[in-house]
Amino acid sequence: MSYKVTEEGNVSTVFLNGEIDMDVTEKAKEVILPIVESGKEVHLNLKDVSYMDSSGISVLIESHQKALEHNTKVIVKEVSKSVLKVIMMAKLEQILNLE
Amino acid sequence: MNIEESKDFLVSTASLKEVRTFSRGVFEKINLPQDQKDELVLAIAEAAQNIVKHAYRDIAETSDRMEIKISLKDSDLEIGFFDKGKAVIPENIQHRKLDDIKPGGLGTFFIKQIMDAAVFKKDQKEWVNHLVLTKKI
Repeated sequence: MSYKVTEEGNVSTVFLNGEIDMDVTEKAKEVILPIVESGKEVHLNLKDVSYMDSSGISVLIESHQKALEHNTKVIVKEVSKSVLKVIMMAKLEQILNLE
Repeated sequence: MNIEESKDFLVSTASLKEVRTFSRGVFEKINLPQDQKDELVLAIAEAAQNIVKHAYRDIAETSDRMEIKISLKDSDLEIGFFDKGKAVIPENIQHRKLDDIKPGGLGTFFIKQIMDAAVFKKDQKEWVNHLVLTKKI
């Protein structure tokens, strides 16, 4: 997994790339959660994420919940078809902010 | 078409990518819709992850290996997982309720969604755990 972060005003966009599994979830959390905790709105762009398992879904849930705690939000954007399928399998499409 | 392929992997999160590569390679040889192949790879990866996460819980590093065997006989797909971690007590395995939104506990749910059955067998002397996933394809 690789990532890139861009900032514009109070919005940080995190572009994740590659496959998100248990081996990289700590790295993903280290990137995303501090931004959420700073109170910024986070856009998670998943267009280049080709695979995500339950560990990756856990990162999305934890980010979403942390955002609620800090009165901000995480918006999951440009979800690839394969990742959307896993999100739907977990029945989270109504819980996460998907765009 | 009949296939039987197996491979062993170091019990480590770093092996999960290798597990997916092996699984994708086997399913490439089987005529199935890509969506179904992706689901099967996910189920296998989740079961392998459960070995690392649960059977080897509290073990930071090990040289143990786990084995995955994928067999297809006619339309019966069987995927075996063998490990030497802590013995799994099948009755204790529960996936979380879906309305309980929290990180974790989804892997077993995914396996149950994708496969027809998941059974721990006590038929191996050289291994501690033997999980068998089956699906009619």
